[in-house]
Amino acid sequence: MSEERDPNAPMTRPIPAPVVNLETQAFWDAAKEGRFLIKRCVACGKAHWYPRAICPFCASGETEWVESPGEGVIYTYSVMRRSPTGPYAIGYVTLDEGPAVLTNFLGVGPDALAIGQRVKVRFQETEGGPPVPVFSPI
Amino acid sequence: MSIKGKAYIMGAFEHPLRDAPNKTTPQLHAECAAGALADAGLSKDDVDGYFCAGDAPGFGGLSMIDYMGLKNVRHLDSTETGGSSYIVHVGHAAEAIAAGKCSVALITLAGRPRQARGGGGGRGGGGEPAPEAGFENIYGGSTHNTYGMCAMRHMYEYGTTSEQLAWIKVAASHHAQWNEHAFLRDVVTVEDVVNSRMIADPLHLLDCCVVTDGGGALIVTSPEVAKKLNRPKVRVRGAGEAPKGPRGGLDLDLTHSGAVWSGPKAFEEAGVTPADIKYASIYDSFTITVLMQIEDLGFCEKGQGGRFVADGNLISGVGKLPFNTDGGGLCNNHPTNRGGITKVIEAVRQLRGEAHPKVQVANCDLAIAHGTGGSLGTRHGSATVILEREA
Repeated sequence: MSEERDPNAPMTRPIPAPVVNLETQAFWDAAKEGRFLIKRCVACGKAHWYPRAICPFCASGETEWVESPGEGVIYTYSVMRRSPTGPYAIGYVTLDEGPAVLTNFLGVGPDALAIGQRVKVRFQETEGGPPVPVFSPI
Repeated sequence: MSIKGKAYIMGAFEHPLRDAPNKTTPQLHAECAAGALADAGLSKDDVDGYFCAGDAPGFGGLSMIDYMGLKNVRHLDSTETGGSSYIVHVGHAAEAIAAGKCSVALITLAGRPRQARGGGGGRGGGGEPAPEAGFENIYGGSTHNTYGMCAMRHMYEYGTTSEQLAWIKVAASHHAQWNEHAFLRDVVTVEDVVNSRMIADPLHLLDCCVVTDGGGALIVTSPEVAKKLNRPKVRVRGAGEAPKGPRGGLDLDLTHSGAVWSGPKAFEEAGVTPADIKYASIYDSFTITVLMQIEDLGFCEKGQGGRFVADGNLISGVGKLPFNTDGGGLCNNHPTNRGGITKVIEAVRQLRGEAHPKVQVANCDLAIAHGTGGSLGTRHGSATVILEREA
């Protein structure tokens, strides 16, 4: 890295295309429309993440997609400094519906992040795949 | 059935190389096997049980058994929990021996992550992407930043500081200065650690382990075989293992590791408590790894790990809990990014009284070796063994 970079500039990161499979196709189709879906179990009522066909809590095969506003709070994060494309933050968001979601925090400077901060989902384009959810402070 | 007293670690070998451009990974496995067999006073034809993990190339156990010319293997196990696999293997070998399935078990690890095309610690799984891949692999997670997430949360919940974490590296460096094979032998200070380059907040460069080629091997035998060998006897007294992951996201808890389950299992089987332990080998991929595991194993209360490790409490001859007296993964060796086997090897050295005199714990008759494989920040496997010198 030869050029000077503002250490607290809003973070960006190129994101590769995600692996899509039969269990998750609906999520990625909705993502193309800007809608954030999560899976909820019809039998026990609990939402989970990452989305699966079978509920990880009660093992029921009856799970349904529900649309989420994609809002929650930062559970934790870490800013990766050793990156050829500039620093980026990885962390978990605890959604208002309950489950914690692994994600990137982008469009915000590294020093502006804090545990407990409210964030909201947005979708970022990927190289040759569907857009993926990332989060930014509200 | 308990494994308590049913098996003995009679051979242990750590490959002296830390950079191996002129050897292949199978060759390193075979050299480690030969070293551990010679240490025990056994030959490869005595081996009737073989244990390896994801670093074993090709078809894993099948490839390595054939490469090494092990003719008499009648029990094999390739349990894969990342870097802790070899601690799991000690427990599994003791189970197999107790059940009469084998009497001389060989465990090997080797690889060459420093070489461009080296085996960097494979993962197994037959080539299908992990079920979580679509929702996790895209976010640039590495060991550094996923352990960084744990450290960040631990600091938030318990007020742990970077200076407290630094003491773990300081203690490891005090031990490594005496190890002629250690990758890093310079003694460092708390200031050196906290002033080193930030890698993944809040972990600095010196909070991270070394990257080394090499490997190690262990020989676990039945009591009948152990009796015939001319080496100090290290008895397997208890073992525990436990996986932990995000569990559907509903009770994500990054400040606790699977040691909260594997530790009590091992202590209960051994019939001892943390207060009885004279020496501790604690997996040290990062400083935070050590701190969390020390708490989870019960050496101090949850959240008090920062205070516990400070002021040299982990330094042999200085503190209450001498740890990783070979210099650990932080300074000595983390072969093929998997530090479990070297944890057992140094515990064996301590129990035999064969550690470096400057770090040897007096009257060391009871030790723990504990590891974490995978990532504490996502999914990991914890493994604990309690080892005892037989008088």
